[in-house]
Amino acid sequence: MTQVTMTVNGRTASGEVEGRTLLSSFLRDHLSLTGTHVGCDTAQCGACMVHVNGEAVKSCNMLAMEANGAEVATIEGQAAPDGTLNTIQQAFQDHHGLQCGFCTPGMVMSAAALLKDNPKPTEAEVRAHLEGNICRCTGYHNIVKAIMAASGQDVGAIAAE
Amino acid sequence: MPKDSGIGASSKRREDVRFLTGEGNYTDDINVHGQAHVYFLRSDIAHGTINSIGTEAAAGMPGVVRIFTGADFEGVGGIPCGWQVTDRNGEPMQEPPHPILAQGKVRHVGDPIAAVVAETLEQARDAAEAIELDIAELPAVVDMKAAAAEGSTKVHDDLTSNICYDWVLGETDEQVVSDTFANAAHVTTLDLVNNRLVANPMEPRVAVGDYSRGTDEHTLYTTSQNPHVIRLLMCAFVLGLPEHKVRVVAPDVGGGFGTKIFHYAEEAFVTFAAKACNRPVKWTASRSEAFMSDAHGRDHVTTIELALDGDNNFIGLRTNTHANMGAYLSTFSSSVPTWLHGTLMAGNYKTPMIQVNVKAMFTNTVPVDAYRGAGRPEATFQLERVIDKAARELGVDPIALRRQNFITEFPYDTPVALTYDTGDYNGTMDKLEAAADIAGFAARKAESEANGKLRGLGVNCYIEACGIAPSNIVGMLGARAGLYDAATVRVNATGSISVMVGAHSHGQGHETAFPQVVAEMIGIDESQVEIVHGDTSKIPFGMGTYGSRSLAVCGSAMVRATEKIINKAKKIAAHLLEASDADIELKDGQFTVAGTDKSVAWGDVTLTAYVPHNFPLEDIEPGLEETAFYDPANFTYPAGAYACEVEVDPETGKVTIERFAAADDFGNIVNPMIVDGQVHGGIGQGIGQALLENCVYDDNGQLLSASYMDYAMPRADDVPFYTVDHSSQTPCTHNPLGVKGCGEAGAIGSPPAVVNAVIDALQSGGKDIGHIDMPVSPSRVWAAMNG
Repeated sequence: MTQVTMTVNGRTASGEVEGRTLLSSFLRDHLSLTGTHVGCDTAQCGACMVHVNGEAVKSCNMLAMEANGAEVATIEGQAAPDGTLNTIQQAFQDHHGLQCGFCTPGMVMSAAALLKDNPKPTEAEVRAHLEGNICRCTGYHNIVKAIMAASGQDVGAIAAE
Repeated sequence: MPKDSGIGASSKRREDVRFLTGEGNYTDDINVHGQAHVYFLRSDIAHGTINSIGTEAAAGMPGVVRIFTGADFEGVGGIPCGWQVTDRNGEPMQEPPHPILAQGKVRHVGDPIAAVVAETLEQARDAAEAIELDIAELPAVVDMKAAAAEGSTKVHDDLTSNICYDWVLGETDEQVVSDTFANAAHVTTLDLVNNRLVANPMEPRVAVGDYSRGTDEHTLYTTSQNPHVIRLLMCAFVLGLPEHKVRVVAPDVGGGFGTKIFHYAEEAFVTFAAKACNRPVKWTASRSEAFMSDAHGRDHVTTIELALDGDNNFIGLRTNTHANMGAYLSTFSSSVPTWLHGTLMAGNYKTPMIQVNVKAMFTNTVPVDAYRGAGRPEATFQLERVIDKAARELGVDPIALRRQNFITEFPYDTPVALTYDTGDYNGTMDKLEAAADIAGFAARKAESEANGKLRGLGVNCYIEACGIAPSNIVGMLGARAGLYDAATVRVNATGSISVMVGAHSHGQGHETAFPQVVAEMIGIDESQVEIVHGDTSKIPFGMGTYGSRSLAVCGSAMVRATEKIINKAKKIAAHLLEASDADIELKDGQFTVAGTDKSVAWGDVTLTAYVPHNFPLEDIEPGLEETAFYDPANFTYPAGAYACEVEVDPETGKVTIERFAAADDFGNIVNPMIVDGQVHGGIGQGIGQALLENCVYDDNGQLLSASYMDYAMPRADDVPFYTVDHSSQTPCTHNPLGVKGCGEAGAIGSPPAVVNAVIDALQSGGKDIGHIDMPVSPSRVWAAMNG
């Protein structure tokens, strides 16, 4: 067992892990941050996406030890301290960008990474960016719409229904 | 103006806040103090005889609590099938045992052989590797037609063959059938495959068993669409436990799509093992495990023939299907190719003679059961494909051919056992033609061709039967369950309301939409109404969510319970206002004596109900809580028309969906935003089936598509924005809300539109291609074009 220490959502977090412990397991099982979900075992679905040192990372595809010393951001740290949703979260609610909610944390973290690098993405850019995030409920329509709305673009022209 | 609250308002979903902030409570988020973890050692071969299972070395591995094998479950029941189909000779279907852990034989890749309970999942997995298996491999039965052949290897030695049942619906007089086809001016025949799919909700299945020796009570946390059904099946048929000692909780569930309806061996196992080990036991499926243990969907091989007279009227339809059951009968598997498929073969058309034959086959594959649409997509696909092919052969417009044969008068008794209560298929098609801008297709096609692409337009209709019912009829057809639902409306003293419902929400937004109904009926704010679901210790006995039934069936129960509440509240109000019950009106949360300005507020009446100082105690009891069970008089019949436009790249065979439009008639609508979302999701899955998804076994029964690396899930860049119109509304005539259900329509209506569009594109490119099986992958398209 090895001691790891990282900053998670602005707070220092430590734990004893095996070499094979995944970052997703460390977040869920050691820190009880269960908003990070595990939907596959081949790094395809993106439900486990978090930010490590500002980059979007699939936390099922990274060892906890690799994140030693890193700044990690998860879905639990996205809303304001008083609970106010951030712009992306609010856009997902406003545009019905989620149904069962399981892929949602990964979608929100993925969208945040996109908008950081590309503040006004086109529809095609949003769709291409979401290649690594699978949603089975929404058919992606309202997720794409929500992300474009979160970027400040007028989505009224998109087929509303 | 759109409404901003109540029925018809696109109220934002209240459940979103917890899902968007990581505060959802999914089953894998639940950890019970002291829990152990179980890992299932599953068969890696499709068929074999178990000679021995050596667990001694594994039992000594670090952290191992106990190892279970099939021997531990001798005397324990197996997983039951919930529907007994009677075959064409009046005999019951063949129903093999389905043990919790394999006994004697393994019958599919993924069949659980042993279960290792250990302190951690990693230790359980490590120990499983040390189990010594001696299994003699047997030939695998994979192809359904080969499975039906005389002398085929049998999946179950004790059955007479691999045929579960051979079933017929509709016209049983073969002479009538052959005469109809002999007299036809034209017959169109089509052989097709409805590809095997895996439902793939993003949350893999999880089950946590907990047990208290002190109270002899079990709790099962599970990823289920219907906790009461799980409790009933597990208690009555598998473990022999008294239901009042078992609590089943299905908390936030990350999608279901049918595959979380069924009672699975893992649920019974953790319940059993928690008592046997005297500690909580948790199981979490990996995605690969889900691929080989979740019930699969579809997998039909069909020949369909459509007979038309000289005026292009449909005069007869004959369809023969082999339907895969897999190695065991999953909970509702037997009903899917029969009563949820054969009954839909009339579609939207007045075909007077229909014969449906289905042979259900056992094979050495994962059990097959309901997946979004369940039988209805299979019916719709074959019917709408053969109609399109007929139109092409006859040189007539496919929309005109459909319109000519539409059912236009209701109620309508089909030749395949259903009575459609209402619909307006021409009106819905009008909506589609506008929504899809079909008039503009020619210009778009010219533009595509100028860019070197082939462009095709595919249109189809669908009808579905939702809210399966009534219980007395389905009982006669073989259902071993009732199909009502239940709701308890509990009004609190201060006027807020908790509604306990049998339906389960796993993405459908019940927590938002159901309160809209109750709030509208009483005239209070939606925020005053809360929905409670997913816990057998909190809710009345309900049948859960599947078959697009929640609002039509459970919502109706909720309406009936709310009506009882209002009637009682009116009596209290009448007492307070010193008036007659009959003169009390309820509007906007105020009880008023008709024709006067005397009124009392909802909150004053509810407080009086619980603080009955001034109360008609001689006439009614204090309190304000009512339950209703609702058993529908009929199915509901949502119907619609879908249009897809594709571009095909002739160089590569790649199909791109350029436009997709849906016009649906769902009857009345409570929350249009949620309905749109349901249709979008269904279309996404339908496009997945049509273009991408395929569950593939090799000849040895090896599952080749057991991860997202091999099973092509639709991604955001595989689909376009969709245009959805549900302004065509013919309310259901037999439920109090006039609603029909919208959850499955998209998945039912979209695959034929996509394939029809691809065929149209290829035909316009000069290729006389009659059909390509799904998924219409680039390689299949390219092969068809260059074959």
